[in-house]
Amino acid sequence: MSEVTHHHVQQRGFWPYAKRWMYTTNHKDIGTMYLWLSCIMFFVAGAMALLIRAELFEPGQRLINPDFFNQMTTLHGLIMVFGVVMPAFVGLANWQIPMMIGAPDMALPRLNNWSFWILPFAFLLLISTLFLPGPAPNYGWTFYAPLSTKYGPPSTDFMILSIHMMGISSVLGAINIIATILNMRAPGMTYMKMPVFVWSWLITAFLLLGIMPVLAGAVTMMLTDRHFGTSFFDAAGGGDPLLFQHVFWFFGHPEVYVLILPAFGVISEVLPTFSRKPLFGYSFMVGAIIAIAGLSYIVWVHHMFTTGVPLAAQLFFMYATMIIAVPTGIKIFNWVATMFKGALTFETPMLFAIAFVFLFTLGGFSGLMLAIVPADYQYQDTYFVVAHFHYVLVPGSIFAIMTGVYYWLPKWTGRMYSEALGKWHFWLSVIFLNVTFFPMHFLGLAGMPRRVPDYALQFADFNAIASVGAFVFGFAQLLFLFNIIWTIKKGKPATSQVWEGAHGLEWALPSPAPYHSWVTPPSVALIDKEEETKNPPLQP
Amino acid sequence: MQLSRSSRSKRLAIKLLLVAVLMFGFGYALVPLYDVICENLGINGKTDSTASLAVATVDTTRKITVQFLATNNENLPWKFHPNQTTIEIHPGQNTRVTYYAKNESNKTMTVQAIPSVTPGLAAKYLKKTECFCFRQQTLASGEEMEMPLLFHLDRDLPKNIHTVTLSYTLFDVTGKQQEVPEERVGKIE
Repeated sequence: MSEVTHHHVQQRGFWPYAKRWMYTTNHKDIGTMYLWLSCIMFFVAGAMALLIRAELFEPGQRLINPDFFNQMTTLHGLIMVFGVVMPAFVGLANWQIPMMIGAPDMALPRLNNWSFWILPFAFLLLISTLFLPGPAPNYGWTFYAPLSTKYGPPSTDFMILSIHMMGISSVLGAINIIATILNMRAPGMTYMKMPVFVWSWLITAFLLLGIMPVLAGAVTMMLTDRHFGTSFFDAAGGGDPLLFQHVFWFFGHPEVYVLILPAFGVISEVLPTFSRKPLFGYSFMVGAIIAIAGLSYIVWVHHMFTTGVPLAAQLFFMYATMIIAVPTGIKIFNWVATMFKGALTFETPMLFAIAFVFLFTLGGFSGLMLAIVPADYQYQDTYFVVAHFHYVLVPGSIFAIMTGVYYWLPKWTGRMYSEALGKWHFWLSVIFLNVTFFPMHFLGLAGMPRRVPDYALQFADFNAIASVGAFVFGFAQLLFLFNIIWTIKKGKPATSQVWEGAHGLEWALPSPAPYHSWVTPPSVALIDKEEETKNPPLQP
Repeated sequence: MQLSRSSRSKRLAIKLLLVAVLMFGFGYALVPLYDVICENLGINGKTDSTASLAVATVDTTRKITVQFLATNNENLPWKFHPNQTTIEIHPGQNTRVTYYAKNESNKTMTVQAIPSVTPGLAAKYLKKTECFCFRQQTLASGEEMEMPLLFHLDRDLPKNIHTVTLSYTLFDVTGKQQEVPEERVGKIE
């Protein structure tokens, strides 16, 4: 068992420390690095959001000039999507998937190391554009041509290369996750015994594999349009700017499910634990995730209803979009049914999970409103859209990540977080999140356009409210950071099961989880004991 | 004999990497796909970039209003306008109109006109026999010209379309002149 203890003999000093993290191929180390990267990026992109909200606190140009405002909206969006939500879920996948399926590590550990270490450089490249001469990318996170091709500042090339790097990292990460789930399951861990979190990541990984290369293609076309004389998106040379939107949203719509499917997985683990009941309708949950992922490939034009697409296409994409509400409705029904008549307790992860179910549903409903073509003509490019996607991303993806961190942190560190601090964090977040984003619905319905640094007087009150909410919400996240650091340093020791109602292979390991876990695979009996409570055989 | 876990994983990784490469190719395949689909369904307001033959039979039962527009892209220093803004024609009637262009900059410039038709579904029924948009146009500083357009509306034009708007946007392509394939070159006096 020499390899089990080998990391304990790490030498003191900076270089041994740096080497340990740079060369590590351990899934737990890499998961930790993904999560910390995501945490840092969360505060960076969050600070940008606060600059945006500060400028919008009152009408008129107050703090930052419009060009810098545009740079902030662009970088905030790009970093939150690619630098916060995606790495955080990959971090959770790295930590949890091997422990949950009884594998000693990821299938391709060296590749795993590389997937992670590309990312910090990608974001350094992207953020460096703020400190170079000339403006940073300033055309919104969707970087539509020709704003990003013909009129894009020189820093656009930095963004393109940084997106290439993120794409390589995601594709390699996805390959690794698929290989792990298909090849590394312990004997007896059949597909229909896998935890839903593992299922959700298997499907997410296939989505990533299908779309990240298309995004890479889109930015490569931008690059050649900018510098090598091609005219993919330039009408003068026979191209078409609208083509960019098709290629982008062919990536972009499945991408939003990449951001939310792992969240569904996390919530499906947490709700049964604190309801002390098995997940309701396990096989339907799995089927719904597959259905959502499949449908996500054929709805992209709903982002482009007002671009002049023909009526038949508008109708097709409207109906296809609305069909997604069916599998999503199944999931929400099953979550509620899981809680129904359960013995509920309200620890911090459970609070975040319940808020997720409620607020994500709200975001889903505004999505349905946007899916209706004639209504979309009114809502397109207004704050209603901003309200919609922040409702599915903040109390959706971000809350699910926080749910997962609170839920599994005792397993990772062997220590309990502070429940009091966790509850403060939850209540401040959930209240001020709504103070921030709910008024945006009204602003949008009243016609306030997105991506503007200034606005008409009648929008002043709701904007002021949103800005106050954003600042309290933003600073409340420092409690989260503080709680994590406090847990690592001073938390009370946690038991191996941690939560009374927790079932699953990861809870059969001691807390903190040993550096090398499941070196000998768990027994079939253990798998059946832990996993069949999640997916119990049907009673006659 | 079963392969070991790690070599199975490596094989799977290579297959999945192939999928990623294929999807990268698919991103590029969207470009011609987009053009083919738009052209066949006639849904993008784009007209044929090749010349079609003149026709002999005219559908005199109805008249269609054709409007002409001209736009300069990005403050192009050219004068550019149609010599007639509206005409009424029968489907199948061969029609000749002209646009006027003048280079008002102090250097020789090359431009490309890009057509667009509204409603988009009418685009594939607008047949051009000869068009200044078939190739790039070069004018010296201060030079001017009349640019001809010979076209007809297909007799299959849907009955619910009464007005067709043909718009040209002039793009500056100076220094980026391309070799135009022979069949795309229209004849210009």
